[in-house]
Amino acid sequence: MTIAEKELLLDVQDLKVHFQIKKENAWPWTKPADLKAVNGVDLQLYAGETLGVVGESGCGKSTLARAIIGLIKATEGNVLWLGKDLTELDDKALRATRSDIQMIFQDPLASLNPRMTIGDIIAEPLRTLRPDIPKQEVSDRVQAMMMKVGLLPNLVNRYPHEFSGGQCQRIGIARALILEPKLIICDEPVSALDVSIQAQVVNLLKQLQREMNLSLIFIAHDLSVVKHISDRVVVMYLGNAVEVGSAEALFANPQHPYTQALMSAVPIPDPNVEKSKEIQLLEGELPSPINPPSGCVFHTRCPHADAGCAEEIPSLRGSMEHQSACLRLEELQAG
Amino acid sequence: MLSTTANKEAVENFSEQLEVKGRSLWDDARRRFFNNRAALTSLVILSLITLFVVVGPMLSQFAFDEVDWGAMHAAPSLASGHYFGTDALGRDLFVRIAMGGQISLMVGVLGALVAVLIGTLYGATAGFVGGRTDRVMMRTLEILYSFPFMFFVILLVTFFGRNILLIFIAIGAVSWLDMARIVRGQTLSIKGKEFVEAATVYGVSKWAMITRHIVPNVLGIVAVYATLLVPQMILFESFLSFLGLGVQEPMTSWGSLLNEGAQTMEIALWQLMVPAVFMVTTLFCFNFIGDGLRDALDPKDR
Amino acid sequence: MTLLNVKDLRVEFTTPEGAVTAVNDLNFSLNAGETLGIVGESGSGKTQTVCSMMGLLAKNGIVSGSAKFKGQEILGLPERELNKIRAEKIAMIFQDPMTSLNPYMKVGNQLAEVLVKHKGMSKKEALAEAVRMLDAVKIPEAQKRLNMYPHEFSGGMRQRVMIAMALLCSPELLIADEPTTALDVTVQAQILALLNELKRDFNTAIIMITHDLGVVAGACDKVLVMYAGRTMEYGSADDIFYRPTHPYSEGLLKAIPRLDSAGEELPTIPGNPPNLLNLPSGCPFQERCHRVQDRCRQEAPALHNFDAERLRACHADANQILEAS
Repeated sequence: MTIAEKELLLDVQDLKVHFQIKKENAWPWTKPADLKAVNGVDLQLYAGETLGVVGESGCGKSTLARAIIGLIKATEGNVLWLGKDLTELDDKALRATRSDIQMIFQDPLASLNPRMTIGDIIAEPLRTLRPDIPKQEVSDRVQAMMMKVGLLPNLVNRYPHEFSGGQCQRIGIARALILEPKLIICDEPVSALDVSIQAQVVNLLKQLQREMNLSLIFIAHDLSVVKHISDRVVVMYLGNAVEVGSAEALFANPQHPYTQALMSAVPIPDPNVEKSKEIQLLEGELPSPINPPSGCVFHTRCPHADAGCAEEIPSLRGSMEHQSACLRLEELQAG
Repeated sequence: MLSTTANKEAVENFSEQLEVKGRSLWDDARRRFFNNRAALTSLVILSLITLFVVVGPMLSQFAFDEVDWGAMHAAPSLASGHYFGTDALGRDLFVRIAMGGQISLMVGVLGALVAVLIGTLYGATAGFVGGRTDRVMMRTLEILYSFPFMFFVILLVTFFGRNILLIFIAIGAVSWLDMARIVRGQTLSIKGKEFVEAATVYGVSKWAMITRHIVPNVLGIVAVYATLLVPQMILFESFLSFLGLGVQEPMTSWGSLLNEGAQTMEIALWQLMVPAVFMVTTLFCFNFIGDGLRDALDPKDR
Repeated sequence: MTLLNVKDLRVEFTTPEGAVTAVNDLNFSLNAGETLGIVGESGSGKTQTVCSMMGLLAKNGIVSGSAKFKGQEILGLPERELNKIRAEKIAMIFQDPMTSLNPYMKVGNQLAEVLVKHKGMSKKEALAEAVRMLDAVKIPEAQKRLNMYPHEFSGGMRQRVMIAMALLCSPELLIADEPTTALDVTVQAQILALLNELKRDFNTAIIMITHDLGVVAGACDKVLVMYAGRTMEYGSADDIFYRPTHPYSEGLLKAIPRLDSAGEELPTIPGNPPNLLNLPSGCPFQERCHRVQDRCRQEAPALHNFDAERLRACHADANQILEAS
């Protein structure tokens, strides 16, 4: 099935999230500075697919997720969910879409209220959004969902601190799935887990996706995991999407110099590969998002940058399969 | 299907821990508290003191305001029935200490309760609503902080006369300020937790958010602070009584007994020592219990 | 030359819930210029191993066994002698550099203080040496940065300052506890490259504690795989990565997605890490092992030689595991 035939669920258009930050040594009345956490991102998500979002800390990937789901207000731009603009809906209208989009968090324990039993935790979304469902059915559904994510239903009366990190993440997944959403946003769902548990959770997500026809937005800094789970991938740098494409195309042939550097830096569990591979070390440090570089935001650290890169802002170019935002894309591809 | 088998195995793995009833954080805390000897002993002693304070007056043949003309400044003795001696007017100290204890403990507990109620509500609201409301509420708090409260109390007392109710109002009004700040800070940190974000995502109402997610999680620190607040209240009351702004004679409190005892300590030391012992023990007990509660509720923070 | 020789190292903690054996009869040795990777999940005892050697255990921890540094026993040394060794011979860097940098002191002064105290340098010499060291760890404009406070550095730069501080007295052994876990991959690559250079230039031995097998593959000569406080397998990096003989190392290697191979369903290790308070009798890994036998439930497998270079603790036949992989 080509992209054009799939149903478009989510269409994010030129999304910007700016935070007002107090400057150092400022008077109370000085105008605060703008921290441009997300600075004009477009992305599309189709039914049943997994969209991976990768980037290093400070690239705005978590802010992007929170802006889509409405935890943070977007400064500019639109988030179209099945054609409705979520940024313009009021609280009441939002309730209808809430059961369609759910979220899984990074810290499995912190995302569960320590004073509630896990049965209550998993049932809370149902009780909140569907108060008409009878008690017995709620508890049946909770138990069925626990089975589904690999938790024994007779543990409903336990508390989160009695579980390990991996089990807590399963509880978080059960809570997100109980409303039978269409989309789950996963914000670094495995980065706080042990290696042997990561694979369990990734497999579980993949399996549930197949069974329930879910779409996922999978945010992570670990490229290997993202490659493993995603159909399409967005690479972010300093609040901008620098490269978008199908996972195969993007990982086989990274076009943007930043993606290339990022991929070369990922350590591979194979001593011979590690010894022989060449790493493109990035020069310098991540610029401040309060005062991002002019033109292409990556030009200050890019090994291929020329004078033009500091002036013109690149936009995403290329085929539907694979796009990147680099001014010198064609030159670099040629040689 | 590899992952289905993996899931099944995970399920089987859990079945080994077939203990269905969970231990809540409160259960854990209770167990830790009762393992703390100092706190437990203090709790027992405090209960005994409370018991004495309540039933003490019934055990004695004297009333608290009854003057025994034949025994002024009498030393403690079992034979005369004045177990703790008498004061300068010949009133029985055993009964007066029990009566004074009622007032002191009541002022302490009720004062702390008032402070906790106002402080928690105020702090939680400021922290949860945030933004401009928070700023206005916090600045108001700072203005109240800078108000000279001793002066305020003296004004109240001189205008309305000495009255136990007035003391409550005065004490409660001073002490909720710290509580409000503490609760606000806690609320802010809980508000940033991921479980609150999760609840926002599935549309939990503001009221449910505060009662189900915020308050149960600040309750621990509130409980600790409240127990530590009680001795503070008792001290504050005795300070007022010592200045002569406390309860109206012939009613008494530990503070006023100390005040009277201090004036006659050269001739009748017991008049100072007995109330002092009761007061110090009570304060110690409250502090140990507060410490025990803190350790029990937040084991990481020892 | 053997720099460090650890024999039967055991660490126990007394907790209100009972005694916990965090490290159970650990054996390994390290030569100058070598890097040993200690791999394991959280709670496997990898951090407690090095903390016990450095005398950094919590108060309720008891250590037994022996750890000889250049022939000298360092377990149970009096605080003063231990301090001398810690400052001059063995250095340690942590996951979070802020835990070991004083936030109220300028970076230059912190570095110089070490030199003044342990090398008897004058303040001026020490500052000059500090600049040289910051240059060595590739901190740009080192002279200017002397007057900055730790919070003014980025995460990667702070880790570099930590490394510079660890290297001031040119230690013979550097212990790095998850040095790159908190860092981004591009910064991680820079720090790992730096550590490799230091090893080459100063012939420093490194103990690298990490959960990331990719990092181990790039940086380590020997690998020690730990689980629930015990050694599961110990050998050269090539052996462990290409020819694992323990079901746990085998499982770990298969469970991580790799950037250089296609994404299939990941073979997982089922279950959860065990509770140290309540270990099963026999092998601690039995509940999650797909090669479990009856014997595993009764007796814990002893650590034995598989070949000259390699130790393993498993009842299953090593050759069978080798054939399967």
